[in-house]
Amino acid sequence: MEYPNLDYIKKLAGDDISFENKFISILKDEFPLEKSEYSSVLKAGKTDETALIVHKLKHKLNILGLENAYRLAVTYEEDLKKGDTKLKDQFSTILETIESYLKTL
Amino acid sequence: MNCIIIDDEAAARAIVAQLCTTIPDLDVIEEFSNAIDAIKFLNQQTVDVVFLDIHMPGFTGFDFVQTLKNPPKIVLTTSDTNFAIEAYEYEAIVDYLVKPISPERFSKSIKKVKNSLEKQAALSSSEENAGSIGGELYINIDRRLIKLNFDEILFIEAKGDYIDVKTTKENHRVHNTLKKIREKLPEDLFLQIHRSYIINFTKIMDIEDNSVLIEKNVIPISRSNRPELMRRLNLL
Repeated sequence: MEYPNLDYIKKLAGDDISFENKFISILKDEFPLEKSEYSSVLKAGKTDETALIVHKLKHKLNILGLENAYRLAVTYEEDLKKGDTKLKDQFSTILETIESYLKTL
Repeated sequence: MNCIIIDDEAAARAIVAQLCTTIPDLDVIEEFSNAIDAIKFLNQQTVDVVFLDIHMPGFTGFDFVQTLKNPPKIVLTTSDTNFAIEAYEYEAIVDYLVKPISPERFSKSIKKVKNSLEKQAALSSSEENAGSIGGELYINIDRRLIKLNFDEILFIEAKGDYIDVKTTKENHRVHNTLKKIREKLPEDLFLQIHRSYIINFTKIMDIEDNSVLIEKNVIPISRSNRPELMRRLNLL
């Protein structure tokens, strides 16, 4: 089981603590909106739109060091473009993990 | 060097902006969450480089590139590797960065942008030179249009209602005025040194007090035109 981390952000920030704080703040603002949008378009059965949001979210998985989750998201995005939602539960678990992690920051 | 960042994700924009702070001579002048606003901005302002996300709702990065008439250098930033081949079909696209972007990879990308800008500057400079040195003029003689390269014209002399265009090979008498032909000649090559003479500045062999020598022709310099002639000389 992998866990989110801020290694990439810390590498970018170096000694720039203000950037690190600013970035965490952006994640805390942006992630819940994207997660909510994801849930609503998935629920509405709009798989093409869901694929677009998964595309955006997968970048955040990368930023947070979630390499396995990122690979799953890549497959899930392609599946969604074909109307296939079989990975939705696994993806939802990943989103819940990130949400919990962001609350600790 | 200045740049703008276009990405619908705030987190992605923040990362590129942070990477830009590691490059000493690179300034982020604006960030955009959509391509349409960026196009409006680029219609008003010139930028050196655009960091552009491909996947954006409504108007993609490729739509953006196709819309611009004179696009600046573009570095694509994307989570997908699938568009790399398509990306290199666009001349303006200099590099393709896959997210998450490492500082080392970003630095390489900036080098590519700088190289590309330098090549472009060198190309424009050589094109400008070719326009003046390699240019040409057509003169109408007996209903024939005769092409003269600027480089072969030695000087032009006014002769009443005619002008004599003296070239390295022959003399052409044309029914025209000195004023009209002067408007057709590049200023960096030709100079009027007397009310009856325009000379090809590069053909001067020597200059005495009141005259210049071009091949075997002694051409007078008027007092009023002499300062401009002297200003143009590369005097030791």
